[in-house]
Amino acid sequence: MERRAIFSAKVGFLFLAPALAFVAVFLLYPFVRVFLLSFTNQTLLGTTAPNPEWVGFDNYRRLFDFDRWMRLGEFGSALKITTQFVIGSALIGQVGLGLLIAWAFYRKKGVLRETVYTLVIMAWIIPETVVAFTWVAFLDRDFGTLNALLDAVGLGQPDWLFKHPLESIILFNSWRGAAFSLLLFSSALETIPPSYIETAEVAGANAWQKFRDIFFPLLRGHILTDLILITLWTFNVFTPFLLTGGGPARRTELVSIYTYRTAFHGQHEFGKGGAIAVVMMLINFALALVYLSLIRRRRVHG
Amino acid sequence: MSQITFENVVKRFGSVVAVDNVTLTIGEGEFVALLGPSGCGKTTTLRLIAGLELADQGRILIGDRDVTYLPPAARDVAMVFQDYALYPHMTILDNIGYPLKVRGVSRAERARRVTEVARELQIANLLERRPSQLSGGQQQRASVARAVVHQAVAFLFDEPLSNLDAQLRLEARAFLKHLQNELGVTTVYVTHDQAEAMALADRIVVMRLGKIMQIGTPLEVYRNPANTFVASFIGSPPMNLLSGTALVGQGQFVMDDETVIDMGEVYRRMSRPPLDGQEITLGIRPEHITIHAEPHPHAIPGQLYVVQPMGGETLVNVRVGSKLVTVRLFQDEPPALPDQVWLKPALDASFVYGADGERLS
Ligand SMILES: Nc1ncnc2c1ncn2[C@@H]1O[C@H](COP(=O)(O)OP(=O)(O)OP(=O)(O)O)[C@@H](O)[C@H]1O
Ligand SMILES: [Mg+2]
Repeated sequence: MERRAIFSAKVGFLFLAPALAFVAVFLLYPFVRVFLLSFTNQTLLGTTAPNPEWVGFDNYRRLFDFDRWMRLGEFGSALKITTQFVIGSALIGQVGLGLLIAWAFYRKKGVLRETVYTLVIMAWIIPETVVAFTWVAFLDRDFGTLNALLDAVGLGQPDWLFKHPLESIILFNSWRGAAFSLLLFSSALETIPPSYIETAEVAGANAWQKFRDIFFPLLRGHILTDLILITLWTFNVFTPFLLTGGGPARRTELVSIYTYRTAFHGQHEFGKGGAIAVVMMLINFALALVYLSLIRRRRVHG
Repeated sequence: MSQITFENVVKRFGSVVAVDNVTLTIGEGEFVALLGPSGCGKTTTLRLIAGLELADQGRILIGDRDVTYLPPAARDVAMVFQDYALYPHMTILDNIGYPLKVRGVSRAERARRVTEVARELQIANLLERRPSQLSGGQQQRASVARAVVHQAVAFLFDEPLSNLDAQLRLEARAFLKHLQNELGVTTVYVTHDQAEAMALADRIVVMRLGKIMQIGTPLEVYRNPANTFVASFIGSPPMNLLSGTALVGQGQFVMDDETVIDMGEVYRRMSRPPLDGQEITLGIRPEHITIHAEPHPHAIPGQLYVVQPMGGETLVNVRVGSKLVTVRLFQDEPPALPDQVWLKPALDASFVYGADGERLS
């Protein structure tokens, strides 16, 4: 079919202008500022506050100082912890859990489904700080609900936030964000005609075969979309700070927390903070490109 | 190939009784059509056989195996859905071969068997395509091929032709019947199209509100509809059903609008005639009425309503009192008729139904 433009390009641009202006003011300008900032030694206080100097790639060199960068509290360590956090709480936790719950309750109705859905969605809509404090209470060594339960079945009372801080924030973030994936997948599942599944059932397919041959291929686009969104969100999430403050001993210092500590704490090194932000932006960008190309490849083949 | 047996099967959805105490035996290799209006429980009956619904009461047997509580996978039947249910992400080859894949048949063996079946069904040249690249008729064949390759003990079809246009439907109908004749697999076929049921089936099961109204060969249900429901459902155009009162003594039938039909010997020949003054329904097929331009003995008067030329035959609608009566003439040229006409029913071929709709004979 031939496509004819309703408006000329000029008129079209006119319609786009407000959005472009918005993007320029609120995205492009800050980005350029941060980018420039990352090549200076600007701080909040001290002599470099009013008169920052141009330092070239110094900030980047300090980030990638490979002699020390894997030590706790350094950039490499923060990257590693963030990667573990993303794999654990975004890929396995939120996407995996959301898919599993949506699949488990596919075509089912009833109290159990409603209860599980309500609980999962509640976890999503309660304000961040409230949730964080609830979890601190939940995980508390002496008075926490979790340990009360574990103790009741004789599994001891570990100090979760001290002994297993990373596991704790992974668990927390999975629980916190699974609702989005769950909702996305359960509405995607509803678009699959029941006859697809029933044909497979009559043909003799078991649960795994149905998942592998029908659900998964038909949901692939949704899974990729969900992965890209959840990965990026999790990569930049800051809430775990409310649980652990990045500790103990920087063992849960995600890149977001590391950035915060660098730029808005102690020395208030804006320049170095800017450099981290630029690196993070590049990583996010690369991730998005990988996912988008996967989605596009699927379109071509599918 | 197996016999399928229903013993007092009941299936409810909340307060709706979708299948109401159905007892039925489908013979080995038989082609049975489940026929009835929308919502009468045809699909539910089929799904009960497939195991996609579980019966609330009664027993279902396939062969001599009690499958009432077995899951679909254990029943070894093949089902063709109304929407064909071809997987968009698989080629036609993979679609047809899917029941084999599920059973762990190797890729090469799958390709061999699928190609064999596809050749029989004349879709061998389409195997590399995706479902979206096939026409409706080709998709229908592909979904039938998937059922055939399965080598199941029974085929279950849920209105497999309803998505095709009229011409293709006739073609696909002949194809399905031929295929079933060749394979000899027990087949249950759901349709709400009585012509389709008549054309395809060895026996027809007419259903209404979850109950079986009549079971018989197409000719049996056509010639001897057991009740007014079957009478009105089977045959196109449907049978004329006139309600009125039996005057057994006078040998007359008085229609609700006082038109009197002389019944001749009809009541006297019945072993269970109606009582004098009983409300009855008189059923006469459109082809068993002759139409006359002049008054005729034993004919009833009526006003010509419309004449419908159908090609090989002609339908004439005549208003008798408040009732529209259809007459079927086996002539291609529409007759020239005055406004006032006389209808003469062939009473030997008429049916008398009691007030409950059941046949009196
Ligand atoms: N899953 C279900 N939940 C609730 N009610 C149902 C369900 N399936 C069927 N019914 C009801 O059971 C009755 C029989 O339905 P069924 O689908 O068997 O009818 P059908 O004869 O196949 O009709 P159609 O010709 O419209 O397909 C209907 O009243 C229907 O509303
Ligand atoms: Mg149906």
